[in-house]
Amino acid sequence: MIAEIGHFALVLALAVGILQSALPLWGVRRTDHTLMRLAPALAGVMFVVMGIAFACLLTVHALSDFSTQNVFRNSHSTMPLVFRLSAAWGNHEGSMVLWTFTLALFAALLSAFSNRLPVDLKAATLAVQGLIATTFLLFILLTSNPFLRLDPAPAEGRELNPVLQDIGLALHPPLLYVGYVGFSLAYSFAVAALVTGRIDAGWARAVRPWVLIAWIFLTLGIALGSYWAYYELGWGGWWFWDPVENASLMPWLAGTALFHSIIVMEKRNAMRVWTLLLAILAFSLSLMGTFLVRSGILTSVHAFAVDPARGIVILVILSLFIGGALALYAWRAGELGPGGLFSPLSREAALLLNNLLLATATATVFVGTLYPLALEAFSDDKISVGPPYFNLTFGALMVPLALCMPFGPMLAWKRGDLLAAAERLLAAAGLALVAAAIGAWLTQGGPLLALAGFALGTFVIAGAVSDIILRARLLTSSPRTALSRLAGLPRQAFGTLLGHAGIGVFLIGVVSASTFESETIRTLRVGETMSVGAYELRLVASGPRSGANYQDVVAGFDVRRDGISLGHVESAKRVYLASRVPTTETGQLRIGFGQLYVALGEVGKDGKVGVRAYWKPNILLIWFGLVMAAAGGVCSLSDRRLRIGAPAVARRAVAPTVTAQ
Amino acid sequence: MSRKQRRLSLIVFVGIVLASATGLVLVALQDSIVFFNSPSDILARPPAPDQRLRLGGLVVEGSIERLPGEIVRFTVSDGANTRQVSYVGVLPDLFREGQGVITEGRLQPDGTFKADTVLAKHDETYMPREVAEALKRQGVWQGDKSKPLPVSPGKPGS
Repeated sequence: MIAEIGHFALVLALAVGILQSALPLWGVRRTDHTLMRLAPALAGVMFVVMGIAFACLLTVHALSDFSTQNVFRNSHSTMPLVFRLSAAWGNHEGSMVLWTFTLALFAALLSAFSNRLPVDLKAATLAVQGLIATTFLLFILLTSNPFLRLDPAPAEGRELNPVLQDIGLALHPPLLYVGYVGFSLAYSFAVAALVTGRIDAGWARAVRPWVLIAWIFLTLGIALGSYWAYYELGWGGWWFWDPVENASLMPWLAGTALFHSIIVMEKRNAMRVWTLLLAILAFSLSLMGTFLVRSGILTSVHAFAVDPARGIVILVILSLFIGGALALYAWRAGELGPGGLFSPLSREAALLLNNLLLATATATVFVGTLYPLALEAFSDDKISVGPPYFNLTFGALMVPLALCMPFGPMLAWKRGDLLAAAERLLAAAGLALVAAAIGAWLTQGGPLLALAGFALGTFVIAGAVSDIILRARLLTSSPRTALSRLAGLPRQAFGTLLGHAGIGVFLIGVVSASTFESETIRTLRVGETMSVGAYELRLVASGPRSGANYQDVVAGFDVRRDGISLGHVESAKRVYLASRVPTTETGQLRIGFGQLYVALGEVGKDGKVGVRAYWKPNILLIWFGLVMAAAGGVCSLSDRRLRIGAPAVARRAVAPTVTAQ
Repeated sequence: MSRKQRRLSLIVFVGIVLASATGLVLVALQDSIVFFNSPSDILARPPAPDQRLRLGGLVVEGSIERLPGEIVRFTVSDGANTRQVSYVGVLPDLFREGQGVITEGRLQPDGTFKADTVLAKHDETYMPREVAEALKRQGVWQGDKSKPLPVSPGKPGS
């Protein structure tokens, strides 16, 4: 019964979606305000109906209703509730419902929270959202319906892929989807701007919070996915340049470029045409991410659907949305007219450089990810493009980006003074040299590249901090005035601080963990020891242990350094009972910002345990830096300017009154 | 500077960045792509010495040997030809005899393959796409036999 309600809700949502995409657009065309005002109401109805569908999906999963094919295929009655729920989106069909539900959620939020938007821009934006929802609902109902029944009903289900039975991967898809789908609003806004001709600072101000929200969630989703891969896959790596990871990195890079270029548009009314293109590209890459991961074109853990027919349908959807928006862009963008002027040394120019580097980096990742597919399609060669390619191309672009990062906030709008900015960054540069020197001393003259990495990370952090210090004139005024000045700074300034410093922290984490890690592989009996880095691991016990739906062989280790006990770490080999799939449950002991990481290999019948242990210095800084950057996004989002007093968008003729020259 | 000059200098600058990025991409693609080979491919087109490549196939039953120093030796087959692989380290969870595997490394002068990476993916019914195609070409592919669905009233004690 519940499955039927869910199915019916999906059909109803499709009908609402068709209305939501058609009526408001027709209203915009005829300047009929009644029709345009229908858009928010329809978006609300869509949200409720999609909410019902998604709730039904969660319910059949929670109740382990194995007569529903989707539950049978991905769930098992012995799985704990949290994984029975996450199984709802841990598969292709369910994840599409979550995707569409998130889409409806964003449209509803937009209808509820942007009363200041001009009615035609809002109507057109919501209509585009409706169009996306309609397409996805058609796709779900025709090729990937999660509410199909099985007759006769099986008594027990197959299990959710064991590596997905983890709290990290239970939360990873929803976070990522909020990020992906959040960019749909930027896309809809861009298309609506092209349709209505409303494109100015007010537009930028209206779009910016949504882009930031999407970016924050995407950042957290990627960080969580990376941490999951690190502790669950047992190889100790945190980023593999796997196509599936790249699929989420590309919209992140485009989104990062987007919220920076929107600042320029908001403040200086420049880079408008480029910002529109970025908005379209960010969502196109999100769609492509969904496509790459779900179509089975890239075979990996994430490809739940190994079904090329679906892939072709998604390809059609993709070309419709990307091609359609780009065609509209090519047709209308030329009519938008020139934006504000700026000198090659100014904040605008710095942000332009940021955009150039980020967009180029996105392109290199794009090439590396899709080249093997293209080559295979046109020849018989099967290749893989591995980390060396990405480290070389992506890395080469990120170094100048990080170097320029502290300069941006120091330059004035319109016409900046590079020398003055450099002078203000002298202290930061000095600190960077000190950090490199300390690094050299601690590591007894480590590799030069790593020391340069430390210096760069420190420069980025210190540069971000000096910006705040100088803006509040903390060092040159009395503590009281300095503090009140600090409190008076816009929240966005602190957002920049956290965001930029987070990237610096991330850099330091990456450099230390990749250059200074040590690895030891040994076979141990109980009582024997092995050393990894400066640490000593002693196997104190090993034996079986049962869990809810799995059986473990656990090994416990005592960790010592120079004879001083630091703690205990456990690692296990796990076999899931329903599917008989083995997994590695790694153990980590945190020491400072570093981790001692232990994974088990073969457990022999003679009591010998294969152990792979790593010392990963400062590895936690990688995720800590990303979370900091996300917190910077939240900080920026809470800036007053984004919430209140946003002026209404001025009507602007499509044919500009100001002509070029 | 006039608007036109500004635009021109911007285009030149963007052009320089894009050109150097393109150059980097081309160089990197030249040096760091890895071709997939089956044991028969290696015989048909011997790779240059020191070239990194991927070797895939089925792990031959009974071929896994463990030597001191955490060295593992096993034989990979595509039905027509085989090749011995040596690897130092802990094997992935799903590595086992009779299953598909992809290894990455270099061919040694003595004809064995020294792998530094062994991939066996996290799905028991999963066969690496490249391996499946190599087996198809040798005519030993068994078709997409899906396992019987494990529908049972529940095993006692589980």
